Amino acid sequence: MLYPDELKYTPEHEWVRLDGTTATVGITSFAQDQLGDIVDVDLPEVGATVAQMKECGAIESVKTASDLFSPVDGKVLEVNTKLASRIDGQKNADFHPEWINQDPYGRGWLFKVELQAGAVTSQLLEAAAYRSLVE
Amino acid sequence: MSDTATTDLQRTPLFDRLKELPAKWVPFAGWEMPVQFSGIVDEHRAVRTNVGLFDLSHMGEIEILGHDVSDAVAHVQRLVTNDVSKLVPGQCMYSVVCRPDGGILDDVIVYRFERGVTLVVNASNAGRMFEWFKVHAPQGIRVVDRSKETALLALQGPRAQDLLSPLTSVDLESLKYYHFGEGLVGDVPCVVSRTGYTGEDGFELYTHESKAVQLFDTVWEAGRQWNLAPIGLGARDTLRLEACYALYGNEIDENTNPFEARLGWVVKLDKGDFIGREALQEIKQNGTSRLLAGLEMEDRGVPRHGFEIAREGRPVGVVTSGTYSPTLEKAVALGYVEKGLHAPGGELDVVIRKAPSRARVVKTPFYRGSVKS
Repeated sequence: MLYPDELKYTPEHEWVRLDGTTATVGITSFAQDQLGDIVDVDLPEVGATVAQMKECGAIESVKTASDLFSPVDGKVLEVNTKLASRIDGQKNADFHPEWINQDPYGRGWLFKVELQAGAVTSQLLEAAAYRSLVE
Repeated sequence: MSDTATTDLQRTPLFDRLKELPAKWVPFAGWEMPVQFSGIVDEHRAVRTNVGLFDLSHMGEIEILGHDVSDAVAHVQRLVTNDVSKLVPGQCMYSVVCRPDGGILDDVIVYRFERGVTLVVNASNAGRMFEWFKVHAPQGIRVVDRSKETALLALQGPRAQDLLSPLTSVDLESLKYYHFGEGLVGDVPCVVSRTGYTGEDGFELYTHESKAVQLFDTVWEAGRQWNLAPIGLGARDTLRLEACYALYGNEIDENTNPFEARLGWVVKLDKGDFIGREALQEIKQNGTSRLLAGLEMEDRGVPRHGFEIAREGRPVGVVTSGTYSPTLEKAVALGYVEKGLHAPGGELDVVIRKAPSRARVVKTPFYRGSVKS
C-alpha cells in the first residue's frame, strides 16, 4: 500500500499535506481499503472551525460508516465538492465518492484547512511510522 | 497485517480454494468467511447482470427420517408454519419455525425427497434447530444433523442456467422455481435446486463435503468463459436487501412474529396443528402494532441496523437492515414502523449520526430481478 513520504499521517488514518499555512486532508490507502466501496461523504462546511482529532464529518461505504477527524486546528477553506451527494445542504447531481477509493491522495482529497496560528503539527506521524502502525 | 488464523472459527471445505483469491475475510456465525473479493459493488453488479458463485457451506442441513416418509413430513408439519403436506418429491418450500408464543426461531427451506425431508437452516441457528427438531420428535423419527458433511455452492444471475446446463444431468430448462433435481454436476452427485437469496434466477448446489472442491473446480473452470465472479457475504447482503428477503437476526428473530414481518403468506393456520398456531391465530385476529416497511433515503446518509425511525421528532420505529443499493444508487432500508405509517408514500426520518434524515416509504421489493418466481 502507498503512503507517500511527503505527507503526514494520523492514527485515525487521515493524511495531511502541509503547504505553508494550508493543510489538505484526506484518508489513507489503508482506510479506503478497510471501508470498501465508498458511496458518500459528509464534509465540514466551508468556514467552519475544526479542532485537532475532533470529529468533523463522516465517510459512508456500502457496509459501514466511519467518522472523519481533523488532523489540525483551523478553519475550513475549501471542500472537495465533487465527492459528496450534498454540499451545504444542496444536492449534487454528479458526485464521485469512488475517487476516494481510486485515488485517496489525489482526486480523493477531502478538505483544506487554514491552520490556526500556533496550530501544532509536530505530533503527526511520518510515513514510516504510519506504515508500521497499519502493517 | 497479522496472518494468524483464529482457531475458534470453522472453515468450509472450500476455504483453501477461496484463499487463493484476493479477498477480505471476516468471522460470521462462527465461520471464517469471505466478505468480499473484488468489491461489494462489483460483485453485486456481476450477479445482477451476469453470474456469481457463492460458498454457502456454512449453512445447516437437518435430515428428518421416519418409518415412512409421511411420518417425517408430519413431524416437520408440526414445527413449521407453512403447509409442507402439499410438497411432492422434488419440491421445496420456504417457511418459518415459531416458538409457542409465535416468535420466530428461524426461517428455513424444506426439501421433500422421496424417502425423507431435509431442512436447510441458517448457519447461526443450525445447532439450535437441530435440537428443536430432535426434542420435539416423536418415537420413530430420526433427526440427523447433516451440516458438517454437506457443502453448498450457489450460482446466481441471469447467466446461471447458461453456465450450468452443459455441466449437469439435471434438466434446468424444465426445473421450476422452488423445485430441485438430483443428478451430476460434472462427475459430482448433487442436489440442484432452483432457489436463491439474490432476486435473480439461479441454483443452489448441495453435495457431500468430500466432493466440494471437485464441484467448485468443475464450476469454476466452466465459469471462465462466462466471467464467473466469486461473491462474498457483503454482496450477498446487498443483493438480498434489494430483493427484500429477510435476514434472521435483522428482520426476524425470537421477538418478531411472521405477520409483522410481512411473512403471513408462509403461515397456514388452517393446515392443522403446529407449534405457535394458537398465538399466531390471536396475532392475526388482533392485528400487529407495527409492520415491516421499505424505505428509500431522500436525504443523505445510509441507514443501518438499529437506527431510529422518527416522524416529526417522535420515535416511530427502528431500522432492521440498511445499505447503499448499487442498483438503485441510493440508500435503502427495511424497518419496523408503527402500523399506519407503513403505507408507501409516507415521509419518515431515519436518525443518522444524531440528525434526522428524510426517507420515503416505498413499495417492496426495491428491485425485481430475473428470479423465476
